[in-house]
Amino acid sequence: MKKQDLLIGGLAVLAGCATYVAPTKEETTQVIKSSFKERGPAKLDRLNQTEIQSVCSEAQMTGKPVPKTEAEALEKKVLATIKYPADGKYLGDFKNGEKIAQTGRGLQWSDKPGSENGGNCYACHQISPQEISFGNIGPSLKGYGKVRGYGDTVVKYTWGKIWNTHAYNLCSQMPRFGDAGILTEGQIKDVMALLLDPNSPVNK
Amino acid sequence: MRRQTWATTVAGMILSVASVSAHAQGSAAEGIARYREMLQDGNPAELTVALGEELWKTKRGPKNVSLEQCDLGLGPGVVKGAYAQMPRYFADADQVMDFESRVVWCMVNLQGMDKAEVIKHPYSGTGQKQTDTEALAAYAVEMSRGMPVAVPQNHPKEREAFERGRYTFYMRGGPYDFSCATCHGVNGQRIRLQDLPNISGNKADAQRAFTTWPAYRVSQGALRTMQWRLYDCFRQQRFPELVFLSPTSVDLITFLGVNANGAKMDAPAIKR
Repeated sequence: MKKQDLLIGGLAVLAGCATYVAPTKEETTQVIKSSFKERGPAKLDRLNQTEIQSVCSEAQMTGKPVPKTEAEALEKKVLATIKYPADGKYLGDFKNGEKIAQTGRGLQWSDKPGSENGGNCYACHQISPQEISFGNIGPSLKGYGKVRGYGDTVVKYTWGKIWNTHAYNLCSQMPRFGDAGILTEGQIKDVMALLLDPNSPVNK
Repeated sequence: MRRQTWATTVAGMILSVASVSAHAQGSAAEGIARYREMLQDGNPAELTVALGEELWKTKRGPKNVSLEQCDLGLGPGVVKGAYAQMPRYFADADQVMDFESRVVWCMVNLQGMDKAEVIKHPYSGTGQKQTDTEALAAYAVEMSRGMPVAVPQNHPKEREAFERGRYTFYMRGGPYDFSCATCHGVNGQRIRLQDLPNISGNKADAQRAFTTWPAYRVSQGALRTMQWRLYDCFRQQRFPELVFLSPTSVDLITFLGVNANGAKMDAPAIKR
C-alpha cells in the first residue's frame, strides 16, 4: 500500500501537477474586484462588504447562524441608527405607496440617472388583495394594520423595519430602504400608509 | 417573419394571463404554465444554432481558417458533448474556461482575430442579429443535447474556480445587500410569479437551471448565453457590470455546472 502511495505521489511530481490549496477570502475578493467594472451609479465600492453583509454571507454559506450574542449586539447597533420622521408624521398617501410598491426600478446601472427609485415590494410580498402577481420571499402583508393594529409600537416598528431591517433580524434578505437611500423619507411614509392607513386596500 | 409570429403569440398570452386577474393567483399560475408549455412547440433558437454551425465551419479571420481545429477539451475539432464538460482547465491557456471564453480564445489564437474586437459587443441588442459568440454557443450546446453534464474537478485550478464560485454565490453586497443566494438559495421561492430555482440547495433545481442555458428568451426575441444570464443577474443585484469572460463569471459557471453534474443537457431551451 505504502509503496503504491509513494509511486502515485512520485508520478504526480513528475507530471508537474500542482496541488490544490483552497483560495483565501482575500484572494477570492481580489478576483471578484477584477471581474467587474463601474457603470452609471453602480461603482466598484459596491463590492466592499459591510460587516453585516460579510457575517451574513458567511452564515448562509456555512449553514452556521451568526452566534446569538454577536447578532444581538449588531442589531442593537443598527437600531440606534434608524432615523424616524422629524415631524413625527409616519403616514403619507397610500395610493402613492401602492405605486412605489409596484415599481422595481432603482440603482441598477441600467436605470436612468435621476429617475425615482421604487420599493419593488410586490417582488417578495403579498400586499393589496387585488394584486395577484406577488412573490413569496418575504411574508404576506395582507391586512397588515387590521391584523396588527394601528398603535404607536406597530407604527414605529414598521418604520424601523423598512428603514433598516437588520435592526430586527440581522440576516434578513430585505433591503435597507431608508439606510441605503433607496427610498426617501416621503416615499417611506407613503409605503407606511399603504400598510397602516385603515382606508388602504391592504386593510379592507 | 417568424419573430413577428412569436411576438403576436406572446402578446396574446399576456392578454389571456391578464384576463384571469379576477381569479385567484392559482389560476394565473396555471395560465403561465400553459403558456410555457405552448412555447415548447417550436424554438427560434434553431436559427441561431444553424448560424453558429456555419460560423464554426467557415474559414474566417486573418489566418483564414475555420474553428474545426478548436479544442473544446475533448480534442481538436470535437464539438459533440464538449459543452456539457465545460468549464474545464486548458493547459495551453493555463486557465479554467467556460465555452464562451474558450471559443473566443480559439477565434483569437486559431483565426487570428483581435480579442478586443471579438468581445466588444458580446450580447446582441433588441432586434439585432445574434453576435458570433452567441451563435457559436447555441451551436455548441445543441451538440451536447441529451448528454450528461460532467464538469470536471480534477485540476487544482478547477477546484479553485469552484470554491471561488461558491463564495461569490453567497457574497452579499451593494446597496440592496443581495447575493445570488438571496433569490436562489431556498426551495419554492418566487419573484412576483417567476419561480426561482434553488441552485445551492436543490439538486433538481440546479440541474434544470444549468441544462437549459443558453436559451431563446421570448421577451427579448433573442438567444441568451450563460455569460449573459450571470451578467443580467448581477445588474438586478445592483452590482457593477460583470465583465464578459471575467474570472468571476467562469468561477460561478463552474459552481453551477458542478452542482448540475449528472443531468442531461437540454439547450438551447426556450424561456418566457
